Amino acid sequence: MKEVNLTCIECPLGCDITAKLDGEKVVRIDGNSCPRGKIYAEAEVICPKRVITTTVKTQDGRMLPVKSDKPIEKSKTFEAMKIINGVTVKTPIKIGETVIENIYEGVNVVACANLK
Amino acid sequence: MIKCDIVVIGGGPAGLSAAVSAYDNGVKDVIILEREESLGGILNQCIHNGFGLTRFKESMTGPEYASRFIDEVEKRDIKVKLKTTVLSLDGKVVTAINDTDGVFTVEAKAVILAMGCRERSKGALNIAGSRPSGIYSAGTAQKYLNVKGYLVGKEVVILGSGDIGLIMARRMTLEGAKVHAVCEIMPHSSGLKRNIVQCLDDFGIPLYLNHTVTRIDGEKRVEGVEISQVDQNKKPIKGTEKYFKCDTVLFSVGLIPENELSKRAGVKLSPQTKGAIVYQNRETSNEGVFACGNVLQVHDLVDFVSEEAELAGKSASLYILNGKTEKDCINCNAGDKVSYTLPQIIDKNASGNVTVYYRVKGVYKNVTVTVKEGDNLILAVKKRVVVPGEMERIVLTEQKIKSLNGDVTVSVEEGV
Repeated sequence: MKEVNLTCIECPLGCDITAKLDGEKVVRIDGNSCPRGKIYAEAEVICPKRVITTTVKTQDGRMLPVKSDKPIEKSKTFEAMKIINGVTVKTPIKIGETVIENIYEGVNVVACANLK
Repeated sequence: MIKCDIVVIGGGPAGLSAAVSAYDNGVKDVIILEREESLGGILNQCIHNGFGLTRFKESMTGPEYASRFIDEVEKRDIKVKLKTTVLSLDGKVVTAINDTDGVFTVEAKAVILAMGCRERSKGALNIAGSRPSGIYSAGTAQKYLNVKGYLVGKEVVILGSGDIGLIMARRMTLEGAKVHAVCEIMPHSSGLKRNIVQCLDDFGIPLYLNHTVTRIDGEKRVEGVEISQVDQNKKPIKGTEKYFKCDTVLFSVGLIPENELSKRAGVKLSPQTKGAIVYQNRETSNEGVFACGNVLQVHDLVDFVSEEAELAGKSASLYILNGKTEKDCINCNAGDKVSYTLPQIIDKNASGNVTVYYRVKGVYKNVTVTVKEGDNLILAVKKRVVVPGEMERIVLTEQKIKSLNGDVTVSVEEGV
C-alpha cells in the first residue's frame, strides 16, 4: 500500500490530505474537510490536471488573457503553451469566445477579457 | 466644479463594488475616478485563475472577475472618469486632473477611498550591490509580461514568497524562463497554500525558508545572486551561502496601502495596517469619508475586497440618506499573537453583527481565538491552524456588542 501526501488546493484552507493507494486504485482519503477535497485528491494522485492561464498576441499588438476552458493534464502543460504562443488573434473579441479549438482532448482555449 | 453625492477614488475591485453597492442602496449620483485607461485595477494584469472561489463558487481569472463588476457598473447610471488622477482630497472635495477636463474639483456628500496598494520596493530592504538592470518588483514583471507581452528575463531568482512572487514563478516558467529559487526570510510563506502547490511544487521550483538575498552581482545586468540562511534574529548565518547565476531578480516582499491622499486629507492611519482606522461601517476618522479594499487593509482574496467594498458603499449611501448619527465607541485591539484587527473601533449604537478581521503574527496550531473585555471572556473560537498569509475573521453578535462596557482585545491562545 502506497501513501501520498498532498495539499488540497480547492479553497484557501489548503488541507493536508493523505491518499492511500493500492496499485492504481485509491482506497482511502484522509485529512480533507469537504467533499471537494476528496474529489481533488482522487484525481490528483491518479492524473493531475490544471487549467492553463496565459496570454496570446492580438493583431493590434495588445495581449489577450486566455485560459483552457477545462483542466489539462499537467504533463501536457508545455506542449499546450507552445501551441498557444504560436497563435495571433483578431480583435474585437469577447470574454468566452474560443481562441483555439480542441487544443487537447476536447479542451478549448477561450478569451478572458473583452478587447474592443 | 462637479457636484455629486458619492465620489469613489479608484476603479479597481473595491471601487467597482463600492459604487454599485452605494447605487443599489439608494444613492444614484455616483462618480468613479480611475487613473488607468480602463476599469478593473490590478485584476487586469492578474491573468491567473483562483479569483471568485468564495463569492461565485467558481475559479475565474482576474480580468474575468473584474468584467463581472464592470458589467454591473455599466448596467447602472454610474459615471466613470478614466485616465483621471486625483491630486488631493480636502474634506469631501476632490481635486483631480485629466486630459479633457484639465484640473477640476468634485464636491461630494460622501467619499469612498478605494486606491488599492502598491508593492514594497527593494530600496526598503537594504541589500548590498550596484544598480544593474534586471531587478524588478514581481508586479512590475507581471505587468510587462501579461499586459505588454515582454518577458523581463530568462534566469530568475525571486526574493519573497508573497502570492505575486509565487504566481510570477509559474508564469515566467510557462513562458520559458528558469526560476532557480524562491527565498523567504520568514520560517513560513506569506503566500496562499494553493499557490505554493501549483506555482512551485508543480514545476519543482525550490522554496528556501529562513533565507534572504545577501548580495546581487552584476554591473550593467544582474549576473548572480547570493542567498544565505538567517538566524532567529533574521541575521544571515556565515557559511550558509548559496549562489545562483541569473539575469533577473524579482522582489515580492509585501504590499503597502497607498494612502498619500488620505494622509494629506488628515485621515488617521493605523501603524499596523498602514490603512485608515475605521468603524465597522468602514467610515474613517474623517466624517463621511469611507475606505475599503487594499487601501484599507491588504487582502489576500479579492472576494473579500468586494465584500468589504459593498459594506463601505452601503454605509456611504446610508450616511447620505440618514445623516450623521450619534456614536458610542469602544476600541477593538490586537492582543497576543495578533498583528492587527479591523475595524479598530466599534460603534455600539450601530445595528447588526460585527465581523472583526484579524491577522496573526506566526503559524499557530490548535489554538483558541479569544475576544476579551479586560479579563472577561466574551467569545472563544477554536482553530486547527492560523497562518499570517490568510486573513481570519471572528463575528461579534449585536447582542454581545450591546453588552460591552469597555474596549475588547482579540488574542490567540495556544492550547485548547
